[in-house]
Formats: sequence, C-alpha cells, structure tokens
Amino acid sequence: MTAPALQTIGLVKRFGGIVATNDVSLTIERGARHALIGPNGAGKTTLVNQLTGVLKPSEGRILLEGRDITTAKPEARVRLGMSRTFQINQLFQSMTALDMLLLVLCEQRNLGLKLWQKLDKSGDLAREAAAIAERFRLDDVIGEPIATLPYGKQRQLEIAAAFAARPRVLLLDEPAAGVPEAERRDLLATVADLPADVSVLLIEHDMDLVFRFATRITVLVNGTVITEGTPAAIATDPAVRAAYLGESLDA
Amino acid sequence: MTMALDTPRPALTDLVGKTLSRRRRWKLGEVVFWGLTAAAPFMLPRGMLLLNEVAILALFALSLDLILGFAGIVSLGHAAFLGAGAYAAGLFALHVNADPLTGLVVAVLAAALLGFLTSFLVLRGTDLTRLMVTLGVALLLFELANSFSTITGGADGLQGISMGPLLGLFPFDLQGRTAYLYSLSVLFVLFLAARRMMASPFGLSLRAIRDNPLRASATGVAINGRIVMVYTIAAAYAGAAGALMAQTTQFVSLDVLEFHRSADLMLVVIIGGAGWLYGGIIGAILFKVLQDAISLATPQYWQFWIGLLLVVFVLGGREILHDLLARSRAALAKRISRRAP
Repeated sequence: MTAPALQTIGLVKRFGGIVATNDVSLTIERGARHALIGPNGAGKTTLVNQLTGVLKPSEGRILLEGRDITTAKPEARVRLGMSRTFQINQLFQSMTALDMLLLVLCEQRNLGLKLWQKLDKSGDLAREAAAIAERFRLDDVIGEPIATLPYGKQRQLEIAAAFAARPRVLLLDEPAAGVPEAERRDLLATVADLPADVSVLLIEHDMDLVFRFATRITVLVNGTVITEGTPAAIATDPAVRAAYLGESLDA
Repeated sequence: MTMALDTPRPALTDLVGKTLSRRRRWKLGEVVFWGLTAAAPFMLPRGMLLLNEVAILALFALSLDLILGFAGIVSLGHAAFLGAGAYAAGLFALHVNADPLTGLVVAVLAAALLGFLTSFLVLRGTDLTRLMVTLGVALLLFELANSFSTITGGADGLQGISMGPLLGLFPFDLQGRTAYLYSLSVLFVLFLAARRMMASPFGLSLRAIRDNPLRASATGVAINGRIVMVYTIAAAYAGAAGALMAQTTQFVSLDVLEFHRSADLMLVVIIGGAGWLYGGIIGAILFKVLQDAISLATPQYWQFWIGLLLVVFVLGGREILHDLLARSRAALAKRISRRAP
C-alpha cells in the first residue's frame, strides 16, 4: 500500500449559500508532520469536522490510506485508524483521567459490548493506561476527576485520549489553544514526541508551534487552499502574508 | 526515549491495577446494607408487606437508574415496562402456569422485547423529546390495556390470579414473608448483575455517552448500539419489578401503567441520587417509608406533605442528606481505624 495516509479530493461544504470548504484537495503523506493554517474563519474546523465524520461534505471524497471513508461514521473512522483532538476540550467531566484512557483503550480493543468483563482482568489494560499517562505527563493526576484538572493537563488528556486509540492518522485541532505559558512547554514536548509512524495533521493558530513542528504546511483562506509548501516557502510567501495581514490577495 | 515511553514505571502500572481492583471490591457499607435487608424479616416481622413494596420499587428504580444515571436517558414513561412485565406475569399465571419463577422469566422477556422495540425511539433527540416520546409510549400502552379489556380485564384488572408456591416449596403467605424474601432475592441478583455490568467496559462507555456524546463517538463508541442495549436491559429490569408486583399481590390493574408510576419513579431516583446504583434503592426506602408514615398520620392529605417534602428535598435537602451520610461514614471509618491497630 502506497496510498497517502489521508487524502481529500475536491471537498466542498456548503451551508446554505455560504461555501465553507471550497474544492479542497489535500494530501497527508505517511508519517507526515503536516500543518493546516489559516486566519480565523478560514474553515479549518469545518474541514476537520468533515475529515472526522461530524459533518457530511456536500461534494468530494475523503480517503484514509486509500479507503473511501466519505460516508463512514465518526466511530468507524476511529476504528479505521484516525482519531482527533478537539479545539475546545471535549472530556468526560464525571470521570477520572484514568477512566477516560481506559474507555478509549477498551473501545480500541472492541470490548465495548462486553457486559461481563472486569476492567482489572482485561490483560495489559492497566499497563497501557499507565504508559499513556506517563507519555502525556498525566501520571501525577491519573486518579483525579477530570473536572478538577488544571487546564494544561486537560489539554494533555485531550491528546492522550486521541492517542490511546492507536491512530495511524492523528488530527490535532489547536492543541495549544489557551494553554498558559507555564504548561506550554510540556505540551509542545509531548506533541514533538509523538511516534514517527503516526501521521499528524496539526490545525493551529500558534505559528511558533507550527513552524517548530511541521515539515509541510497548507494554508487555507476562506475555505480555499491558497498554497502548500515547506515552512521556509510558506514563511516567505507573499499571498500568505497578505492573508494574515488581512489584506486582499490581489492587492 | 521512545522506548522508555512505552514501558511505564512499574509503580504506576501497579497503582492503576490496584485502583481498578479496589473499585470493584465490596465496601463494608454495602455488606452491612444487604445484611440488614436479609435480616429485616426478623427485625420487622409485621412490616413484610411494606418491605415487599419497597423492594419492588427499589428494583424499578434501579432500572431507571441504569438509563438515567448511567446513560443519561431521561424517561417519563418507565411504567410502560413495569406494566408490560406485570401484565405478562399476570396473564401467564392465569392462563399458562402458576410457577412464579417461570412467570418472572416470561415477564422479563416480554418487557425486554418492548424495551428493544421502543429503544429506537430514544436514539435521537434531546432530553425534552425523550421525555415526550417515553411519555407517549406509556400513554399508548395504558390505552391499549384499557381498550383490550377482554384480555387485561380493563378497569377491573386481572382477577383470579393464584400463584403456585415459590420453587414448589414456599407458598405465598398473608404476612408477606415469602413475598418479601422473593422480591429481595430478585432485587439482589439483579443488583449484582447491574453492579458488574456498570463496572465493565460497557458501563464505562455508557458514562462516556452521558458525559459527552460527541467525544464518545470520536473515541470509537457506537452510541446507538449501546443505547439500544442499556434500554433493553433496563426494560427487562422494570419488567421483573412488574412481575414481582403482579405475583406477590396476585392482582394486576391499569394502575401499573399510570403516569404517576413513572413520575414517582423519577423522584425516587432523584432522592437517592442517580448514577451509583444504590440511589434507587435508598430513594425507594425513603419514599415508601415517608409515604407510609404520612398517610397514616393524615390519610387525606398525604400527597400534600410528600409534595412539600419533595420540593424542599430537591431544592437543597439532598445535598444536606448526602453530606450527613458522607460525614457519618467518615466518622465511622475513623473510629474503626482507631480501634484496629
């Protein structure tokens, strides 16, 4: 199999008369560190929601490792190897961090309909939950209710939960959004430490993170891909500068 | 570096494993509680009929707790399943076989089937639509039972049910001793099953759905399947409660399908606290004891007093009560641990 990790072909999403995604063809290579950037309202999250199955595209196709997943349900996409984080924390507020990781691990192993299974007698569940907690620096708060965790830890858990599903493609939707300076370094380090065989699409505002992390960058403006290239090329691209300065592109 | 990340500190793995097995272990309070329920016939020999009602209501409330407390599905029509179980058990005893356990199984299956079929109606929609849909199903069932009076006896109810002895050995007595022990046993067995199921990966996924459906599906939970499953199980539990009611009173009337059954049940679960399995049982005890005490004191106005109590309770009394319980538990634990070394 040499198909790219994730690919969209002519993706279009319309909300009434508004075109939120305009003929987006995007290719994420295997093992990529790919960033998707764009000013506010560029349609980044709309695109992610189509990739993950929350929204149905009006036109076009989405391929995950060559397999057409355009109409697959969100949970099916997770099973096929793609998981995501959310820009705004979507955590299970009544659970502990451990419970949330266990849930993902159980679903990943198809234990979700095992009504009679004991959690502590499910093989190496405990070991794996501990490994993920450690990787994402959650080991000191693993037994605490999610609702009481500091914001930075909650952001770590966002990524940890997506990672626990053992994705081959990971979509990070603004992982650093709102994280205070003191906790930022931990977060950037865990993102940098993601295993090389996981292809990552990073959607981010934070240019510091984007340029440190990505080896390839796609720029989305008003739902349209205006350019794609290496960080060095993007940094000097006049159209990108124009878009970020809020100027009209043909000015 | 990457290698080290995938093999956690043994101490952490150990801690996680211990957390999981400790959670599953029986707490002292639980053992004491069930011990007391088993000893009740000796302590309150005259209260068996009331205790039987409490046990049945507790089972019914446990059923609602499974969908409300764990999966977050609100229902104002849970009486539909109570009624289905009651009529199934009653009709089975009347026309087929008077053995209580066989009747119980039949009632459970009938209610589960109804639960399965109607579960598809609660898959979509908000709390409000679910309230309306469940209410509608219960109303439908009530009118069906009312109009098919040749089968159900209509407003007169199913009369002439005569149950055989339990296990072929213990006839139902007038004091309600057999009835209570029967209902308690069924409650206990089904409670054990619920305790195990809610601690399983399945139970975890229900809590995920309740907390955040968007995230649940983004972690691979197929929400609809889980809801169908838990709704069917809950309906089976309610059917069991209905069967116990029909068999121990040897009578079924339209009252089992009335709206107040569903509404009272919601109150029972709210009183005891949803989502921890004991809430329904504790709520049932408080509700029935209060109802009994107040209706003895003021037979005409008991609804007024219970209404007032419920309003006060829901507006703040519940926190106070739970706080008191937690504090006395802590004090007890302290005393025990002081004595232990």
